[in-house]
Amino acid sequence: MSADNLTRTQRDDLRTVAAMIIPASDAYKVPGADDPAIQADILATLGRDTKLVAAALDQLARLAGGPFAELDADRRDAVAQEFRKAGGAAAATLVRVVLQCYYRDDRVLRSLGIEQRAPFPKGHVLPDGDWSLLDPVKARGGTLRRAP
Amino acid sequence: MKEPVDVLIIGAGASGAAVAWSLAETKMHILCLEQGGWMNPAEYPSTGRDWEAKFFGEWSSSPNIRGRPEDYPINDDNSPIKVVNYNAVGGSTVMYTAHWPRLHPSDFKVKTLDGVADDWPIDYDALTPFFEENDRMMGTSGLSGDPLSPLTHPPMPQQPMGLSGAIVGKAMNKLGWHWWPSDTTVATMDYEGRARCINLGHCTPACAQGAKSSTDITYWPHAIRAGVELRTHCRVREITTDENGMASGVVYYDKDGVEQFQPAHVVIIACNGVGTPRLLLNSASSRFPNGLANSSGLVGKNLMFHPYAQIYGYVKEPTDSNRAPPTCLWSKEWYDTDLSRGFVRGYGVQFVRGAGPVFEAVISEQKGILPWGEDHHRVFRKLNGHRLGFSAICEDLPEEHNQVTLDPVLKDSHGIPAPKIDYTISENSRKMMDHALARGREVLETAGATDICVNSPIPWGGWHLLGTARMGTDPARSVVNEWGRTHDVKNLFIVDGSIFVTSGGVNPTSTIQALALYIADQMKQRLANLFD
Repeated sequence: MSADNLTRTQRDDLRTVAAMIIPASDAYKVPGADDPAIQADILATLGRDTKLVAAALDQLARLAGGPFAELDADRRDAVAQEFRKAGGAAAATLVRVVLQCYYRDDRVLRSLGIEQRAPFPKGHVLPDGDWSLLDPVKARGGTLRRAP
Repeated sequence: MKEPVDVLIIGAGASGAAVAWSLAETKMHILCLEQGGWMNPAEYPSTGRDWEAKFFGEWSSSPNIRGRPEDYPINDDNSPIKVVNYNAVGGSTVMYTAHWPRLHPSDFKVKTLDGVADDWPIDYDALTPFFEENDRMMGTSGLSGDPLSPLTHPPMPQQPMGLSGAIVGKAMNKLGWHWWPSDTTVATMDYEGRARCINLGHCTPACAQGAKSSTDITYWPHAIRAGVELRTHCRVREITTDENGMASGVVYYDKDGVEQFQPAHVVIIACNGVGTPRLLLNSASSRFPNGLANSSGLVGKNLMFHPYAQIYGYVKEPTDSNRAPPTCLWSKEWYDTDLSRGFVRGYGVQFVRGAGPVFEAVISEQKGILPWGEDHHRVFRKLNGHRLGFSAICEDLPEEHNQVTLDPVLKDSHGIPAPKIDYTISENSRKMMDHALARGREVLETAGATDICVNSPIPWGGWHLLGTARMGTDPARSVVNEWGRTHDVKNLFIVDGSIFVTSGGVNPTSTIQALALYIADQMKQRLANLFD
């Protein structure tokens, strides 16, 4: 199953709820999760999550009594709160796919001060630290419980 | 019909690799059948930008979520702790934290010291040379001299303390509690063909650098060079027996799904505390109607997981986040029994350095501390890169009602009945977990942490699969004897975590492998009369 299985209405609803989870911010210079590139990433990588995301969107439409994206702002807020409160595996999966694509977007990572790359092969540098912090532990000592 | 082999090992994970390597010097014909395949480090998560997303799917620690063809399903609906494992050459050492404590000497004498469970039929001293040999083969890093842990001699220096370690160390010092850099199997310098750690991040789901020790890159190359044959993508359905009640070989499905019979003179099971009882129960026959080696009725019983009590919070200073191996320090402050705490036995602690941005966002949203809407960005910046965690590995005592049986309906892709888990957390463990959470909260608050969250137990925390074919001298109360041979079938051995009598309060892989080497050594010493 792939994102091709999502209807246009479901895609509109996904985009709408994504923007409610993470709206754009001028203050942090980041797009919202409804950004076209992020939405394209979500749809391109739905893969094994497609079925549960489709189920979550069906749940959202049921709560909305029709297309979620077509509700007015107040009603959308109320439905979104109900959707989040109801929880369940499908809703959790929808939220997770939005977050996992949002927090790998270059613009978002740049805003967070995170390098836009895979961990391998460069890795990271870690401070060795001040091992004299262990001195009190060494001074205190202690004994291992003996076995008979 | 295939030619019989001298020794057939089932499973190429932590213990199967160790026993294969050790027995190789006998020059016997040794064959290992492994249901998984060789891993390709170029495909490990840390090589891609979507490395965190993979943890929720194809690189999940749960075989039920992962669902690779090499995995088998597990019905763990009736357990608050879900089984996690990995099926490949290297087994679950491909997917583990590389945290490397050993059982303590006192862990082998629980009944004598504390009046609960049973003593092991062997003691710590019997395993000492094999701990040392295993540490050399797996390649450990650490700092010798921890006053509250068994003396170890890691061949490589400890991991860097990092930002998170310094915060933890200062807090623990303020409280006057024990902490120490963990022994790990992360290479901190180039070692035996492995490159040193470059801090790719959370290395639990495999290390693309090869710095984290897994048996596909440690024991197996040596074992194969010494003549051991390893056949991959071969899933064993059952162990067969002959008219004398001896193991005669195994029936397995090869990489093309074709049923095969492989005769063998000796069979060694190394399938972990869930896979091993599953195989023994699936090997029932008219001679062994309750499952193979199960005259005691204890095959599958006494499952021990180690319930994890985890508490974490967010400090003002930056932590190491995803820029380091996940654990670097341990504490044994609460390891030994102190009845004034209200429970018997104790727990080890591993401190967690932090989380990556996707993990942080997903988990914090689920916990309800990361809001939707306008305030999302501000709160996320407060949380991300500031997490600090305290995980207590609570000793799980053996209880027969915690068990692995065969699911009457669920089957794997070859039609082999799947395991079913029935498990509850005991009152003693609950008290221990609550104690650990209270201590963890003190540590976090001393470090200045806020927004404190709890996972108790960690639901997908069933990493340690122990006790389901326990070791003992009494055939009525144990499945294998004091050197790993089953009481009922004299050419059948078990070398994995299922033979643990008690679980201790530490990650078990070091002890599992030391036991496998010890059993291999016992076999070598007894080759002339192995079946007496």
